[in-house]
Amino acid sequence: MTLELGHFALIVALLVCCVQAVLALVGAQRAHAGMMATARPASWAQFGCLVLAWCCLTWAFVQSDFSSLLVAQHSSSQTPLIYRITGVWGNHEGSLLLWSLSLSGWTVAVALFSRRLPQAFTARVLGVLGAINAGFLAFLLFTSNPFLRLLPPALEGHDLNPLLQDPGMIIHPPLLYMGYVGFSVAFAFALAALLAGRFDAAWARWSRPWTLVAWLFLTAGIAVGSGWAYYELGWGGWWFWDPVENASFMPWLLGTALLHSLAVTEKRGAFRSWTVLLAIGAFSLSLLGTFLVRSGVVTSVHAFASDPSRGLFILGLLVAVIGVSLTVFALRAGSLGGGGRFALLSRDTSLLINNVLLAVATSAVLLGTLYPLFIDALGMGKLSVGPPYFEAVFVPLIAPVMVLMVIGPFVRWKSDTARRLLRTLWLVVLGALVLAGVLAACMGMDNVSPAAFGGLLLAAWIASASAQLLWQRLRAPGRIAAGWWGMWLAHFGLAVFILGVTVVKSGGQDLDMRMRVGQQAELAGYTFVLLDEKPYRGPNYTAFTARIAVYLDDQRQHLLAELVPEKRIYHARQMPMTEAAIDIGILRDVYVSLGERLEDGEWVVSLHYRPLISWLWAGCALMGLGALVAVLDRRYRRQRSPSPQTGAAA
Amino acid sequence: MNPRKKRLLLIACAVALLAGALALVLAAFRDNIVFFHTPTEVAEGRAPQGRTFRIGGMVEAGSVRRDADGVTVYFAITDMAHKVPVRYQRALPDLFKEGKGAVVQGKLGEDGVFLASEVLAKHDENYMPPEAQHALDAARTLQE
Amino acid sequence: MKKISPRAFLPLAIFLVLVVFLAIGLRLNPRELPSTLIDQPAPDFLLPQLGQPNQTFSPRAMRGQEWLLNVWGSWCVACGQEHPTLVAFARQQVLPIVGLNYKDGHEAATDWLKRLGDPYQLTAVDADGRIGIDYGVYGAPETFLIDREGIIRHKYIGPLTPELIEQDLLPRLQQLRAPAAP
Repeated sequence: MTLELGHFALIVALLVCCVQAVLALVGAQRAHAGMMATARPASWAQFGCLVLAWCCLTWAFVQSDFSSLLVAQHSSSQTPLIYRITGVWGNHEGSLLLWSLSLSGWTVAVALFSRRLPQAFTARVLGVLGAINAGFLAFLLFTSNPFLRLLPPALEGHDLNPLLQDPGMIIHPPLLYMGYVGFSVAFAFALAALLAGRFDAAWARWSRPWTLVAWLFLTAGIAVGSGWAYYELGWGGWWFWDPVENASFMPWLLGTALLHSLAVTEKRGAFRSWTVLLAIGAFSLSLLGTFLVRSGVVTSVHAFASDPSRGLFILGLLVAVIGVSLTVFALRAGSLGGGGRFALLSRDTSLLINNVLLAVATSAVLLGTLYPLFIDALGMGKLSVGPPYFEAVFVPLIAPVMVLMVIGPFVRWKSDTARRLLRTLWLVVLGALVLAGVLAACMGMDNVSPAAFGGLLLAAWIASASAQLLWQRLRAPGRIAAGWWGMWLAHFGLAVFILGVTVVKSGGQDLDMRMRVGQQAELAGYTFVLLDEKPYRGPNYTAFTARIAVYLDDQRQHLLAELVPEKRIYHARQMPMTEAAIDIGILRDVYVSLGERLEDGEWVVSLHYRPLISWLWAGCALMGLGALVAVLDRRYRRQRSPSPQTGAAA
Repeated sequence: MNPRKKRLLLIACAVALLAGALALVLAAFRDNIVFFHTPTEVAEGRAPQGRTFRIGGMVEAGSVRRDADGVTVYFAITDMAHKVPVRYQRALPDLFKEGKGAVVQGKLGEDGVFLASEVLAKHDENYMPPEAQHALDAARTLQE
Repeated sequence: MKKISPRAFLPLAIFLVLVVFLAIGLRLNPRELPSTLIDQPAPDFLLPQLGQPNQTFSPRAMRGQEWLLNVWGSWCVACGQEHPTLVAFARQQVLPIVGLNYKDGHEAATDWLKRLGDPYQLTAVDADGRIGIDYGVYGAPETFLIDREGIIRHKYIGPLTPELIEQDLLPRLQQLRAPAAP
């Protein structure tokens, strides 16, 4: 019965969403208060239905109900409880349900926190969100129903893909989806403003916290996903420029541009159509990302088996959502009006340049991601675009952004003088050069290639400017707003991140070798000794573990750590899995994983040395923290009741 | 500076930026694109020498051999019509199996042995790499 | 109403071009459906035969005729229910049935066929279940209807019943055979 109940709840949710979209949008257009008033209760109703559907599905997984097709395919009676619960979203149908549920969650959040916004505006936002969720629920019900029965029931399930049986994979998809879907709020705000034909600073101020939260989730989601790839795939890589990764990175880039553009629109009223376009773009790329991942139209290392008929449905959804919004944009952009004027040298200009560069970099990533598809579609052969392309294109496009991003906060809005700016900046330049020199010396001059030095210089530049900015701000009078701290933390986090990337890319070392018990190997000054191996049984797999001692010297005097990597064979799918063992340090990770077992006591062992890789995650954490601090800024909480001209008129 | 001049300057900057970006993209495409070839194409000499490309197909059953160092692996990639000998010097991914689909990336040596720099892993044992599927399909069409 | 600028349509135009490519891309890459395998070539294998371990069987040997691949194991309760139906159906000689003995012991399997009757033209032995994985088997019994080109046309999960054979399998078979007839 549980499955039927869940199925029913899903159908009700679809109907509620349709009603919500139609009543709210039509009501807002006709200024009909009664119709608009349905939007809030409808949001709660669809959220309730989706939570119910979610619980039903989770229950089926927990109970190992193999009369459910989804459970039989993605779980088994031996799967540990935690992975039976997370198995709910470790598959196509369940992850779409998660998409829909989180969209519903965002809708309810908007309904809850928009009491001070004009009714017509709120109704439009909720109407747009309802329409999007109606599309996704239809997709779920018609092509990817998670509540299908399997009759007669399977005797045993097929188990969850072992790669997904991992703590990182428990939280990665929900975080990522919260981020993807979160941009729908900024999108709905933009569309509501387009429909109403009114834009002003208040609109930007309402959008900002939502965009920040979505960006925060997306940042965390990407970082966790990258961390998962790092320790779970067993070869110490953390970013592959793979289509699936790019799918999450592109909305992040455009979302970053949107955050900054919203700041200008709020402060100065400028860049309105640009901001709206970015809001549409960020969510469009989120949808495109879902399409790429779910339809399998691009080849990906991360690709799980996919289904083209579903792809067609998402493509339809993509056309409906993006096509309609871009058409509305085209029709209404003329009425947005220009912003305030600003001089060539001003914070406005620096933000505009950065925005444009971010958008261009996003396009370059998009082009590289879709290029194989274009060529294939034109019948010109099959090819792939790998990391070298992305590095060659992305780095030169993003480097100026990094140089400019820390100059921006020093420059005044509207107009500034070069003289004033140079007085501040010479100190920053000096600091950056000294810091870069020190960093290079720490790495050992011989190991630093020109490219690596460029990376160090960028990190040093941002760090030095951040220090100077902090010093200036602390000396200046007045309370420092949380928003400022958020900006500072995020920018500084990027410096930490770049330093991590540069050092790990130029100083990482790898060695694959055959090792028998007792044999020793050396890498990056560490000595590795294979101590022993032993078989053991896990809940749904059998495994070998090997103990590998890591010494700081070749005399085996100073033991650093004893690492225990595993090789597992999961029963249900007979699928082998490598579980790497990592000694995590502030300055470096030592990473060991097992390849094939050649004979008794003899293995192919992969050894990796990863300097400063933790800084990479720390940088992401700082950026996320920055967003969090900025969201808590007081001015978003005392959103004063806006002037009637903002939304009510339509 | 008057508004008209400023506008012109901004447009000129934007055009220069776009042109620069485009040049960058094109250059990167020229140097870094990895083409895909089937074992049959390699056997017929239609694959480039000295340039990185990909081969997809099945790992021929019984073809996997190891050097004494344990790390160097030899195997053959086949589309059931032709096969290409491959050498690879790193730990193999978990889902590499004889008789299963695989995609390798690397360069063709002068002795006709393909020196793989990467053996692409899959995430799902049910999932056949599309390039490998393509090679098998292409070879089958030729035979019929 | 304010003027509509043609420039504002640029994003829409770019997006539409993108959609065209995405749509073509979708048609280009028809991927297999691992959950069903319907209308896909039956995965190839080479397995020893039950009772004659030095003889092997491959689905290629069945090219040119429709046939059933029935996945069973002596440990499987539902297979016991299904078995009499299969034996009766085999007597009608409508099409050959090949057994795939899935994750089973040799003794147990031979004994079972001796006791309950052998409906199979032959039985291939998939002792460790690797072929079962290729076929997406998640529990015996499962039966695959494979056409003369070696394409899987349908998959029956769970025991076949006389009704199922009558109302589903035979019509499907007729459909498969119809276009081949002159």
